[in-house]
Amino acid sequence: MAVMSIAEALRQAIREEMQRDETVFCLGQDVDIPGGMGGAFTVTKGLGAEFGYERVLNTPISEIMMAGVSVGAAIAGMRPICDLQYGDFLFCMMDQLVNQAAKMCYMSGGTVKVPMVMRAPCGATTRGAQHAQSLESYFVHVPGLKVICPSNAYDAKGLMKTAIRDDNPVIVFEHKLLYGSSRKEAGALNPVGEVPEEDYTIPFGKAAIRREGKDVTIVANLLMVYRALEAAQILEKEGVSVEVIDARTLLPFDYDTVLESVSKTGKLCIVHEDTYTGGWGAQVGSYIAENAIYLLDAPIKRVATYDTPIPFSPPLEKFVIPSTDRIVEAVRELARM
Amino acid sequence: MSSFPPKEKALGMYERMYLIRKYEERIYYLFLEGIMPGTIHQCTGQEACAVGMLYDLRKDDYMASTHRPAGHDLAKGVSLKSMMSEMFGKADGCCKGKGGAMHTGDISIGVLPANAIVGGNLPIAAGVALAFKMKKKDNVVVCFFGDGATNEGSFHETMNAAAIWKLPVIFVCENNQYSATTAISMVCNMENPAADRAPSYRIPAEVVDGNDVLAVNEAATRAIERARKGEGPTILELKTYRHVGHSRNDACGYRLKEEEAEWFARDPIPNFRKLLLERGIATEEELSAMESRIEKEIDEAVEHAMAAPYPELESALRDVYWQEVLN
Repeated sequence: MAVMSIAEALRQAIREEMQRDETVFCLGQDVDIPGGMGGAFTVTKGLGAEFGYERVLNTPISEIMMAGVSVGAAIAGMRPICDLQYGDFLFCMMDQLVNQAAKMCYMSGGTVKVPMVMRAPCGATTRGAQHAQSLESYFVHVPGLKVICPSNAYDAKGLMKTAIRDDNPVIVFEHKLLYGSSRKEAGALNPVGEVPEEDYTIPFGKAAIRREGKDVTIVANLLMVYRALEAAQILEKEGVSVEVIDARTLLPFDYDTVLESVSKTGKLCIVHEDTYTGGWGAQVGSYIAENAIYLLDAPIKRVATYDTPIPFSPPLEKFVIPSTDRIVEAVRELARM
Repeated sequence: MSSFPPKEKALGMYERMYLIRKYEERIYYLFLEGIMPGTIHQCTGQEACAVGMLYDLRKDDYMASTHRPAGHDLAKGVSLKSMMSEMFGKADGCCKGKGGAMHTGDISIGVLPANAIVGGNLPIAAGVALAFKMKKKDNVVVCFFGDGATNEGSFHETMNAAAIWKLPVIFVCENNQYSATTAISMVCNMENPAADRAPSYRIPAEVVDGNDVLAVNEAATRAIERARKGEGPTILELKTYRHVGHSRNDACGYRLKEEEAEWFARDPIPNFRKLLLERGIATEEELSAMESRIEKEIDEAVEHAMAAPYPELESALRDVYWQEVLN
């Protein structure tokens, strides 16, 4: 088994799928210009030379077109993987994703399918408010889309393969601080991990328990999984046993795993880098309250980015994004109840 | 004067234009009587655009329409019955009652679900064309849009991409002079909002009389041939006029009567009919028989649609995601 970064695992998934299925192709701005970076974060580097620049299509800066062309190509039998560079640009293509991609199957009475992947790098990385957001919740709200967020290399390969083979539009949130690519980011983790050489997929709607515990359940995604694990280590020393669940996919969402965990711990803390109001944690929290409030021994806690645009100044950015300390504080409070 | 097609084609084009006209007329009355639900955006007066553009398309060529899709759909061959049933929201409608008047289509014959976001279909059509190119097929896509859509960002983004990638797509602007109730001249500083922009993308363009089915068909033939040969996109701007309002409850109070009278005199259907008779392509009896047959087919489609069952309620919860098994 090879040890690799998330960027490498994503590249391997895309490469293997392009080898396996000639309808799979990549497109995006700078997706692989010779001498360039291979997307903004190196994921697609080298694929153009390997597969040719018809299947690794460098596009103009035209997000509506990129998304719309993906929709059309998907309808006509291709499997486009579109790279957005920064998830914030999703808003430039909102109509194509929400009114078009998500609704084609339904509006056509189930006769038109749109198998496309939109790759959206996310997360605050001292680039200021427009290259920083975690926008998962906007898309969790859209019936017809799927939303996934791999947090380690093994998941990155398996979930990306599932996304490419899925017959529906899938938005992949990839965290900029988790890529572990050659592009250095302040505060980046490099969660390298073992990735099987062979072909494997990971089904959507299956969360992963990253750490077992019995006192409090934390549900998190992407970078926040790592902060939650760090918090769990700190709390362990205080005698608080924390179970950490990585959501892995947000639409579909694996409520069962959370319910099962909560039935054991009785306490739930949801952590995300998405902002607080209307973040995906609000949905998960209300689902648990609606379906299992009597399993709970304490109110549901949410630790999320404060309701502000993301500021640039490093200490300010650090302040608004959930820190390990904020998670520890919240869980500590729950443990006392 | 355009060169005249063989009899079968000439009559075929007349037949489809007449079908579209009568279909829209019937729907208008059903709507006024309160029998038909929903809203309507009718193409009455613009039939020559649809038929001239689509008559020679192959079944596996694609077509992308707008919120005003009935003419395009019928011209490309979506079944009359499935269209009418969809208008009533019935289970055997072409979208199983989930689409409605603005989303009719039939992917099995290359008709994309009609698109009710102005300009929304443009990049999608380019995407279909890209798929054809990547699969090395010689198919083409015909993409309709209105004069108003030329002011959308999606128009610019799509024209630029189609030009650099030489995509096999024909962009057809049906310039009916109005974006809903706003005259295009108020919102665009160009005589020909689509064709005048074409040189900036280095896409060839033609301005065509959209009420002359033969002129449209000839321009279509040239553009389709270019696309099939891999020479890239063409923009056709068809000058036309809708005889009716933009949508329900639009009495066209913003149009001058003189302007309407001038355009109504250029009605594509009676003018083409006259030509068929003058040229001896068909006799009065032949045409009347054809017209009666079409009207009867429409009567039957309405009767069928009104009697057809609504979809079962639970079906509303299906097709949100693709179900391989059910299709």
